[in-house]
Amino acid sequence: MDFGFVLEQSITQMIGVTAIIYCLAAMGVNMQFGYTGLLNFGQVAFVAVGAYSVGVIVVTAGLSLWLAIPVSIIASVILALILGIPTLRLRADYLAIVTIAASEIVRQLVRSIALRDVLGGANGINGKMGQAFHDLNPFPADFKMPFLNYTRQDLWVVIVGWTLVGLITLLVWLLVRSPWGRVIKGIREDENAVVSLGKNTYVYKMQALILGGLMGTLGGVIWAVAKQSVQPDNFVPDVTFFAYTIVLLGGAARVFGPIVGSIIFWFLLVFVGEFLNQAIQAGWVNFLEPTDIGPIRFILVGLGLMLLMIFRPQGIFGDKKELALDGR
Amino acid sequence: MAASDHLGPRALEAQAVLAQLPNTPGIPKPDPILVADSVVRRFGGLAAVEVDHVEVQRGSITALIGPNGAGKTTFFNLLTGFDTPDSGDWTFNGRKLAGVPPYKVARLGMVRTFQLTKALSRLSVLDNMRLGATNQRGERIWTSWLPFTWRSQEAAVTERARMLLERFSMLPKEADFAGSLSGGQRKLLEMARALMVDPELIMLDEPMAGVNPALTQSLLQHIKGMREEGATVLFVEHDMDMVHDISDWVIVMAQGRIIAEGPPGAVMKDTAVIDAYLGAHHDRALTESGESLTAGAGDGQ
Repeated sequence: MDFGFVLEQSITQMIGVTAIIYCLAAMGVNMQFGYTGLLNFGQVAFVAVGAYSVGVIVVTAGLSLWLAIPVSIIASVILALILGIPTLRLRADYLAIVTIAASEIVRQLVRSIALRDVLGGANGINGKMGQAFHDLNPFPADFKMPFLNYTRQDLWVVIVGWTLVGLITLLVWLLVRSPWGRVIKGIREDENAVVSLGKNTYVYKMQALILGGLMGTLGGVIWAVAKQSVQPDNFVPDVTFFAYTIVLLGGAARVFGPIVGSIIFWFLLVFVGEFLNQAIQAGWVNFLEPTDIGPIRFILVGLGLMLLMIFRPQGIFGDKKELALDGR
Repeated sequence: MAASDHLGPRALEAQAVLAQLPNTPGIPKPDPILVADSVVRRFGGLAAVEVDHVEVQRGSITALIGPNGAGKTTFFNLLTGFDTPDSGDWTFNGRKLAGVPPYKVARLGMVRTFQLTKALSRLSVLDNMRLGATNQRGERIWTSWLPFTWRSQEAAVTERARMLLERFSMLPKEADFAGSLSGGQRKLLEMARALMVDPELIMLDEPMAGVNPALTQSLLQHIKGMREEGATVLFVEHDMDMVHDISDWVIVMAQGRIIAEGPPGAVMKDTAVIDAYLGAHHDRALTESGESLTAGAGDGQ
């Protein structure tokens, strides 16, 4: 049993590319759900829009990655408007139903045979879509990490990715402590009260939906750049639910919640998986096959999260007193 | 404290003007701030509100009373844009309000509170207050993340919020979550928060419901204080004694219609009102249902 390897893998993944993507998606959920109270269960659709914008613009159309990024932002805003215009007048639970359906529509659309020439059908889009980004990599070609298993390419993505997370966190922090943040938190508590004070809550909800969606879309752009491949079945509703898990783990409506939540979530998931893997190889566990590890690690992590919700429902950063006020 | 038990000059003025009017339902007022015409709201076949004509005198405290289910709160919701009538017109300061969304109604200076108090639980008392200020630069998303664009305005808003909290004896609570306040304190907070909007007409939906007697007295003083500062107050209540204490004029609703109006003393003697409102209790058996109680109101008309 190589415990050092288990730990090294876990640490590599907890601050790795996937953690960054989920962190960005979760920051969007935190803006929408944590601060504004909007139950957007279709966050994965925004991630897909980001990833597919890069794939379509760079691989299908043969244009520049630097064009794909503004295109992904525009597409994300359009998706938010399509989702928001009919549903933001509805009660919160309707938004949840509509958004989860919309995210599945997006997935079915991108894998449809009719659009295969553009979107690649079930195979998705594969090709060097992140090349323009990787060309800027300052690390030498023979670069080797002394610790942590990052390739030269991953390290470059991780550094730029966390910088982006840091900048967005700063923006979120500035936004939520401003009077604008006060309005959206008011909407979360009671929308009619905020309306009665002369605020056009519809506009604020739309702004929060767009802003949160954009964060997910940036996660999708990083996805495409880092993995150089986008497939429709990457964008199942599970992604949205993992993002919600991360938000609740870190503490809803906490600026650093999604960062810490994402790090802990990926550490746990990888640690349990690698640990079981090693334990099976060492013959400690003989009633499991290596193929059982995938589901079992989710069972164990799910169990851990249930315990967290029972004993620390406010998440890592949350304030239990504040949570107790919920019954209004 | 701005108001005392003695009537202030504005109260005397309002009562003097209103005393000259005949006590007919729908009587025009000399200086109306709010005028409603043929406002009808049906829920299925039931007409919850069917108001032919009503006016509210500027600078007065007007009570809107009536038994449970009379349509008072529905009428409130219609006037403030929170609900849409099937037909009808109403004006505030001469401006037509039909079809105007509720947030615009509030910005025009007609601000309401709610029967079920809407304190924003997980915001501090001070933040609840600051939310009431209108035209805040920091509430626009494009400038909100640049604190230097709104800092001076925020300081002014905070100062005004603290003055109002002081007046409502809530200043020591400013840092607490609004959700930790008692029911009566929430009513006070909601009223103070509505004043942050700088309303010309403040509409209070059952401000005294569920409030202990000591706090009720202080609430009444605050309502009188609002009138003395030039605001008009329209409030819903179904406790007649409370109404008698503070209102200059009383409008009585039953089964969605205005059945009587007048100064509180006169209205309480009105037979239609007694039938609709007070009558059923003392000379009927308690086993009779609420339907027959309100049916009596229709007959009374």
